[in-house]
Amino acid sequence: MCCPAVIFFCIFAYLPMPGLYLAFVKYNYTDGIFGSPFVGWDNFKFLIMTGDLWRLTFNTVAYNLAFILLGNIAQITVAILLNEIRKKWFKKVSQTLMFLPYFISAVLVGLLAYNILSYDYGLLNGVLGALGMDPVKAYSEPHLWPFIIIITYLWQTTGYGSIIYFAAIMGLDTEIVEAAEIDGANAFQRIVHIVIPWLKPTFIILLLFSLGGILKGNFGLFFNLVGANNTALYASTDIIETYVFRSLMTNFNFSMGSAVSLYQSIFGFVVVLTANWIVKKVSPENSLF
Amino acid sequence: MDINSKMDLIGSTPPRPARIRQDKSEIIVRWAGYIFISLFAISCLLPFLLILGTSFTSESAVKQHGFNIWPHEFSTFAYQIVFENPKLIIGSYLVTMGITVVGTIVGLFIVAMTGYALQRPDFSYRNRISFFIYFTTLFSGGLVPFYLLITQYLELKDNYLAVLLPGLLTPFLIIMMKSFVRSIPHAITESAKIDGAGDFTIFLRLILPMSTPALATIGLFIALGYWNEWYHAMLFLSPDMDYRPLQLFLYNVVTSADFIRNSAASSNVAMSDVPLETMKMATAVVATGPVILFYPFVQRYFIKGITVGAVKG
Repeated sequence: MCCPAVIFFCIFAYLPMPGLYLAFVKYNYTDGIFGSPFVGWDNFKFLIMTGDLWRLTFNTVAYNLAFILLGNIAQITVAILLNEIRKKWFKKVSQTLMFLPYFISAVLVGLLAYNILSYDYGLLNGVLGALGMDPVKAYSEPHLWPFIIIITYLWQTTGYGSIIYFAAIMGLDTEIVEAAEIDGANAFQRIVHIVIPWLKPTFIILLLFSLGGILKGNFGLFFNLVGANNTALYASTDIIETYVFRSLMTNFNFSMGSAVSLYQSIFGFVVVLTANWIVKKVSPENSLF
Repeated sequence: MDINSKMDLIGSTPPRPARIRQDKSEIIVRWAGYIFISLFAISCLLPFLLILGTSFTSESAVKQHGFNIWPHEFSTFAYQIVFENPKLIIGSYLVTMGITVVGTIVGLFIVAMTGYALQRPDFSYRNRISFFIYFTTLFSGGLVPFYLLITQYLELKDNYLAVLLPGLLTPFLIIMMKSFVRSIPHAITESAKIDGAGDFTIFLRLILPMSTPALATIGLFIALGYWNEWYHAMLFLSPDMDYRPLQLFLYNVVTSADFIRNSAASSNVAMSDVPLETMKMATAVVATGPVILFYPFVQRYFIKGITVGAVKG
């Protein structure tokens, strides 16, 4: 009964793996992957010399760290506040609305951002203009993009991600809360000393799991927000996935793309092993393998 | 507490003892909750209203006042042009629907089968195969070899199969299925076996009917993935194809003014009068509408899914 799945993963996941040999050749179309001349580590040397590898690693890791940390903080905040709210209809309606962004395609997210950021027609410049301020040329200002990308990410995932924390709060024993209240704990003390410590294990597990993917980018988000050929923004928006995509679709530099992929896979693999090792130390029953 | 009784609590107010006293902090926290959650919820809705509003605005009003939630000048011109040549958009719908339906049914069946087999304690290779599947999330060949595989070895360029096949299975969904099925007592399988049922009979007649909540959740995950799919479509389907999946069609409309002009070519509008901006929004509304209308009803299944997914399989 496992056969279809095994065949599927053989073809779509394992079969491409030998193709990583591309990283060590100077690929040309006529000779194919294994006929092209072998160049050893030259592709990697080139990536290091041009500084591309460092920039890609920094951007990918920094964005992911921001996503993980700010994402979890936002999710915890929403979950805790949602738990404090008594009105059932308010909870239902707000949860439905906060869920909405998760259901749409990356293409639409890009268009939504364009609606707000567009220089000529965007809502942001409309508001700034009404306040008598100068318009912002968002699509040519690289330093704005870390904010734009992180805010968009939080906008899209916070409602959905808060579910796990909300479910965890539901599991909190009401007797403990009751006892604390009898002892005179106010709402802040209840949240800080009972709810947050209660969520700590969940947070740590989610954190360690997501650390494993720290070299994997969110291609759809970056690609659709920034656009395919906006070179002005590469310094602050280029991640591993967008680089590999470009090397395939625009620059046709297959070997360089594969070299970056191989680096990503191996580096990522080491990070997963490390994260798993830490999970094993912290809470053995939650480790991956 | 098991998953299901925990799930019933989500969205409902947890049982709380009667307040001993209502002090100030209580009120502050609650109001902070109402204000913050309201603001965030509204910010989640706002961009959609912005698209909707702009799609009903005349192009000249957009040029003058920018994008707006409330149309300065009401107009359905953009929609008229989008539907002037309904073949394009209907074709896109049919392609996306076809891929979604076929992909979801086939994918769901394989995921269910694999998940069931992998949790059977009497299946001796289960750990090895589990790792074989899980390993693909740790290490991959990357985009370039994958692209060459699809285009040169499987020769699926400009074939809808190139969009359909790679999305069929994900390790995450198999693990999710595994942990769902595990809650069905193994004794049921055993007793059916003693009664002479084969593995497939057990799977089809016992396991599948008993795991409908799981199938609904996983099916929705797969279906949403296919409906929103644009990545493989962009990689493998060339722009010369007549009917592109909906999201790729939207991508082309959003990124290329030429594409909009070409789409509008059959209408009796001068090329310079084609409403570029509002047509983007109208296409987005048409391409997204069904999902948004559908989603409040299926949302709770996703809540179920993410909570179970969080429990390690």
